[in-house]
Amino acid sequence: MSDKTDTGKNRVVIPIGPQHPSLKEPGCFIITLEGEKVVDAVVGIGYNHRGLEKTCESRTYIQDLYIIERVCGICSHTHSTAYCQGIEELAGIKIPPRAAYIRVIVAELERLHSHLLWLGVAAHEIGFDTMFMYTWRDREKVLDILAEVCGNRVNYGINTIGGVRRDLDDYMLDSIQKTADVLEDQIKYYLDLAQNEPTLEARLSGIGKLSKEDAIKFGAVGPVARAAGIPDDIRVIEPYAAYGEIPVNPVTDTHADVFGRTIVRIKEMLESINIIRFCIKNLPAGEIAVKAPRRIPAGEVISRTEAPRGENIHYIRSNGTDKPDRVRVRAPSEANWHGMNHMLKGQYLADVPITIAAIDPCYSCTDRAIVLASENGTNVTGWQELRQYSIEWYKKRGIDVASVKIPDKKIIMNM
Amino acid sequence: MISALIKILIFPGFLFLAVYGLIFEYLDRSIYARLQNRVGPPWYQPLADFLKLIGKETIIPANANAGMFRVLPSVSLAAVTAAFVYVPVFGKKASFAFEGDIIIVLYLMAVPTLSLFLAGWYSRGVYSTIGSVRALTQMFAYEVPLFMALLSPSLIASTWSITEMAEFYSQHVPYIFLNIPAFFVALVAGQGKLERAPFDSPEAETEVVAGALIEYSGRLLAIFKMSRDCELVLVASLISAVFLPFMTGNAVPDFLLYIVKTVAVLIFLVVMRSAMARLRTDQMVSFCWKYLTPVAIFQVILNLIVRSVL
Repeated sequence: MSDKTDTGKNRVVIPIGPQHPSLKEPGCFIITLEGEKVVDAVVGIGYNHRGLEKTCESRTYIQDLYIIERVCGICSHTHSTAYCQGIEELAGIKIPPRAAYIRVIVAELERLHSHLLWLGVAAHEIGFDTMFMYTWRDREKVLDILAEVCGNRVNYGINTIGGVRRDLDDYMLDSIQKTADVLEDQIKYYLDLAQNEPTLEARLSGIGKLSKEDAIKFGAVGPVARAAGIPDDIRVIEPYAAYGEIPVNPVTDTHADVFGRTIVRIKEMLESINIIRFCIKNLPAGEIAVKAPRRIPAGEVISRTEAPRGENIHYIRSNGTDKPDRVRVRAPSEANWHGMNHMLKGQYLADVPITIAAIDPCYSCTDRAIVLASENGTNVTGWQELRQYSIEWYKKRGIDVASVKIPDKKIIMNM
Repeated sequence: MISALIKILIFPGFLFLAVYGLIFEYLDRSIYARLQNRVGPPWYQPLADFLKLIGKETIIPANANAGMFRVLPSVSLAAVTAAFVYVPVFGKKASFAFEGDIIIVLYLMAVPTLSLFLAGWYSRGVYSTIGSVRALTQMFAYEVPLFMALLSPSLIASTWSITEMAEFYSQHVPYIFLNIPAFFVALVAGQGKLERAPFDSPEAETEVVAGALIEYSGRLLAIFKMSRDCELVLVASLISAVFLPFMTGNAVPDFLLYIVKTVAVLIFLVVMRSAMARLRTDQMVSFCWKYLTPVAIFQVILNLIVRSVL
């Protein structure tokens, strides 16, 4: 016991977040340090809950598309694709092949920009700002193309139920082709840099280890799983959109650490460029959308897509009206958080930011309100109780907020 | 008396050091930006930053030791300024020179790092404590190779005065090339001394936010930043005086040459900063002891042999 108190004295608890320069969105990591070594880490997420799933239930399917597009600021296309193809399956619509190809092109452009963004963020986390500037410069090229194709840099708004909203003309295809050529050279340069720059390897190798067994145990997805040697890629194992006709080689690596994840992401970008080239070459002619009914037949569906961060799952339940009964979004970051504590333990403090960044976390995609059901039944706090609780909480600290009157609107009470 | 005061306070003393420090910061940021495919700041940006900080409110944390918190920035700046008067800038001689001044300069150069450590320590914050401990840990790593590298040329010159060393080497130019390994050791260790990437873990933004200086604001931060810039000038001047003692013998061309030499050293430091990722403190320490120190020891032995042969 005395040993425990001895070590306990040397421990320092340092909070990373909710506001911290290494986090791009609010999240809180309570790191317990012994010297510079991490002995314990508590992952605290939930600062960004926006109630999107609930909002979806009060709007029509086509209005929900707007909300679903905004689940994630980086990979918005993959969410709208998952949502649309789920509804299309419920309604029994088959989208035209040209629409499927356009969805793939936008999805791969999105993967390119997401991975380039990640590469920059990762480089910044380990203090390699030059690479950060370079990758973000190249990311601009992808964003320019996306703006040209979709009209927006992010939140592309190209998907609609039954197809896509904008067609690609020859000029656009040509400029995508040209950008792909430029990017390919740059990405090959980054691959060379990642493999040969000694300080990069020193900072990335052996950090944030998540072995194959652990990756399966914690249910890791996407590049985190693929870096551990698990060929888990929805584009291959359950092809959607036009991926069934397109040759996709899932990239895996055996390093199972941050270095492996970096290599996987860079190689995936090269693969994305190949897919884009294939799509442009084999883009079928024809319609880009079919008409979808406003009322979707009752039923439930699970739709999966491969987001840049991993497997993205949407569950939609319809009750036969024009509004969904339930929409559930399982963003890839949600699956990758579980292994975080395991990855952080035993690291140096200096490696904490890059370990967190290595799963490419998307905080706001992840935050959900959940109801925990225990043996004593569920414990749901209503609006009034919650308000009373907060008033008492402040009263204890000497602040009386009870004098402030808030009109209890019906909508709020119904929650 | 008055000429001494002018030398200390105006040229080539404090005022010149401060202005050149701001110019150096501009060059540093500008070259760094160019290497990263960015435009970089306008020439007046460092001055504007300085003036802005001077005008801002200074907040002293309730837990901090207010006295130390206030005094340390000035101590840091004063030490750098004091060290600078022993480094030759204008003409052959430094403003003040005596036998053994290089030792004084090296000691004074340690003061800014120590003030940084104490500043972080007395701020009583989590990030500042970690940052300051890192700064001190790094100091034990780079100090030995830096000292050995800077002192080894004096073995051949058989003097402990920077001015006399520079004079000796300017008369015996071939010997300069003997010191090339020590030159590189000094450049790399100097980068560590200045806490710049890849050795910037004490102030690693993504880990410890701003490190030791996190609680500093307003005027006190401005003075610390100024002492940072001056330290950069000091290290560049010292390295160029010891390892690049090429001189014409006339004061004005020598001064121009001084600027060329220091800017060349700066460019090397900037390229190094932009081309590498930040090393962890433990990696930095093992790098200094495994690679820099042996090279520095090799240089000392080499110079001792050369000296006995002479």
